[in-house]
Amino acid sequence: MLRERTAVGLAIAAGALLVYNLYQMFMVLPDEALQGAIYRILFFHVPAGIVGMIGYFVALTFSLLYLSSGNLRWDSLSASIVEVSLVFSLVNIVTGSIWARNQWGIWWTWDYRLTSALVCILIFAGYLMMRRAIEEPIQRARLSSALCIFGCVDVVIVWKSIEWFRNNHPGPVLSIRTGGGTMDPAMERILWLNFLAILLIGISLVLVRTRQETMAREIDSLRRFANAV
Amino acid sequence: MPEAIEIHQLWKFYGDYPAIRDLTLPVAEGSCCALLGRNGAGKTTLLRILAGLSPFQRGSVRVFGDPPRSSEARRRLGFLGHGIGVYEDLSARENLRFFATVCRIEHAKQTADSWLERVGLSRVAMMPVRQFSRGMRQRLALARTFLNTPRILLLDEPFTSLDDRAIAMLSELLVESRVRGVTILLSTHQLREALAIASHVALLENGRLRFTGPRTPEMLDDPGLLYRIHTELGAA
Amino acid sequence: MRTLSQALAVARKDLAVEIRTKESTNAAGAFALAILVLFSFAFDPSADMLRQMAGGLLWLVFAFAGALVFNRGFAKELPNECLDALLASPLSSASLLLGKAFANVVLLLALEIVSLILFGVLYDVNWTACPWSLAAVFFLASWGIAIIGAAFGALTVNLRLRELMLPVILYPLLVPLLIAAIELTDALLFEKRITGTELLWGRILLAFDIVFTALAMALAETILVN
Repeated sequence: MLRERTAVGLAIAAGALLVYNLYQMFMVLPDEALQGAIYRILFFHVPAGIVGMIGYFVALTFSLLYLSSGNLRWDSLSASIVEVSLVFSLVNIVTGSIWARNQWGIWWTWDYRLTSALVCILIFAGYLMMRRAIEEPIQRARLSSALCIFGCVDVVIVWKSIEWFRNNHPGPVLSIRTGGGTMDPAMERILWLNFLAILLIGISLVLVRTRQETMAREIDSLRRFANAV
Repeated sequence: MPEAIEIHQLWKFYGDYPAIRDLTLPVAEGSCCALLGRNGAGKTTLLRILAGLSPFQRGSVRVFGDPPRSSEARRRLGFLGHGIGVYEDLSARENLRFFATVCRIEHAKQTADSWLERVGLSRVAMMPVRQFSRGMRQRLALARTFLNTPRILLLDEPFTSLDDRAIAMLSELLVESRVRGVTILLSTHQLREALAIASHVALLENGRLRFTGPRTPEMLDDPGLLYRIHTELGAA
Repeated sequence: MRTLSQALAVARKDLAVEIRTKESTNAAGAFALAILVLFSFAFDPSADMLRQMAGGLLWLVFAFAGALVFNRGFAKELPNECLDALLASPLSSASLLLGKAFANVVLLLALEIVSLILFGVLYDVNWTACPWSLAAVFFLASWGIAIIGAAFGALTVNLRLRELMLPVILYPLLVPLLIAAIELTDALLFEKRITGTELLWGRILLAFDIVFTALAMALAETILVN
């Protein structure tokens, strides 16, 4: 019950923040000097990418917690976080494609960072596919925790790629990455507020999905009990 | 007498469903415990936990004081599950030499060859197992199980689908093992064969231990007695 | 040392079975030859195109054919419940996984040598100019593929649709390694010089191997006992 109220509360807070941010984006902030109106998609593209990436590592933490404690609640959390992070990573890629089509005239380019982002999506899509192929919850938890660890080590390569390789993806623009930043402070403020809104949506979704995973496990155990009787 | 196997308040779950519930069972060194119960009682699950093949969620399990997955425990163990555990594409000799190597047996080749002799397969030692009859495979499986001179034997329905020669061989090996003080835990539906060699009995139903105690002459005379007295289905 | 000697025993057993049955090698070899031939129909293999695509083609062949090898790796332990017999023995899970990886890498290297010879003949490519550097690249990349292939083969051995699941989870993880291998192979086949960029790729290969070998061995028990 508390979890449901928390999820609803977070969703409402996220909704309110989004409304404020959208107002700021479309009514207050001017068009960007070089990009025009399309730059506003970056207020969703960048936070979705960050939340997605952070999510994979948070899922890793819960996978490690599961392996050390054996408590299936951690596995449910881990799987739910991966699922939600995957959605945000897809949002990141799709919004990036739309921006690239507008700015560069192409939907996609195979530079290493974009490729690595797509690879991360494939890794964790494989994780979710593998979970579906395993019926027994404890076996599913152990194997997917192991795969999550492998996957997250690969994600590290994604993070490092922007430093390792020069490519045609825009470089870092956030002031925490560049020291001084190449983004207008007002725009960067809305970017971080939208990051917060997307994070709240993500947490809300994770709480809902975790509850569904727990219920699925309860149904599975009832079915096993019925078969045994 | 010290306990060879100590199982204390063991719980094993499949998801949230408990397949083994709060099971406490000490097995003294040198004893032979027949693990009885209907299909789905948890016999195979328990043996697999003891063999280190299946994790458990609560309680403690010790094999000569070590956790089941420790290499010390597994070095003292002989396990025969439902499968014969030998490779079809290798010869009998290659199979036994391989398992002797992984069991870290000194003089692996000589030990493998002597077991081939013991189970009557030395004439066909170079033949791939794929070409063996069923009885020959079963005897090879017995050789693999006893290869490392185990101090604990975990046997899951060992008499099932054995031919007469293999049953005789297994019975002989079990009697010898008992004389050597080997601890034996075997699950079975063949009550008479098991009760004939068992010193103790443990009865499982739906993952719970319903009865444990020494094997009595009454059990030998009426093997179904335990089920009738101690299980809910038997009472019904 | 014990882990290594036990792993070698497992590898010897697997290779003995493979030499006898040739299950994986026949399938992988036929598959590799088919792709190499089909390539000539899919693209016009001019000298310039080969210069750009040789490394990519070769490593795609090795990765796809390799999956046929990895699928069989732990699957051959399922009949007669041999995997249970192994896990109940004193053999450690790490030794078992390492042994499977050793067998995988030998089979993969054999496939690569044959494919390289065929590739050189079919497309008139001289791969003997830098043989030792090329051998080092092939070995490092093959080890990375083999250890991940072994770990994921163990992960998927008891799953429904094992043959489908293994490639789905294997290939995305191998992407950084494959890119490094492709870049290095292209450089060694055609440019024949090693610059700072190639050295960076080489370091990536080595780091990938070390990290994922350590990870596979650390997680072997979790993957195999469940």
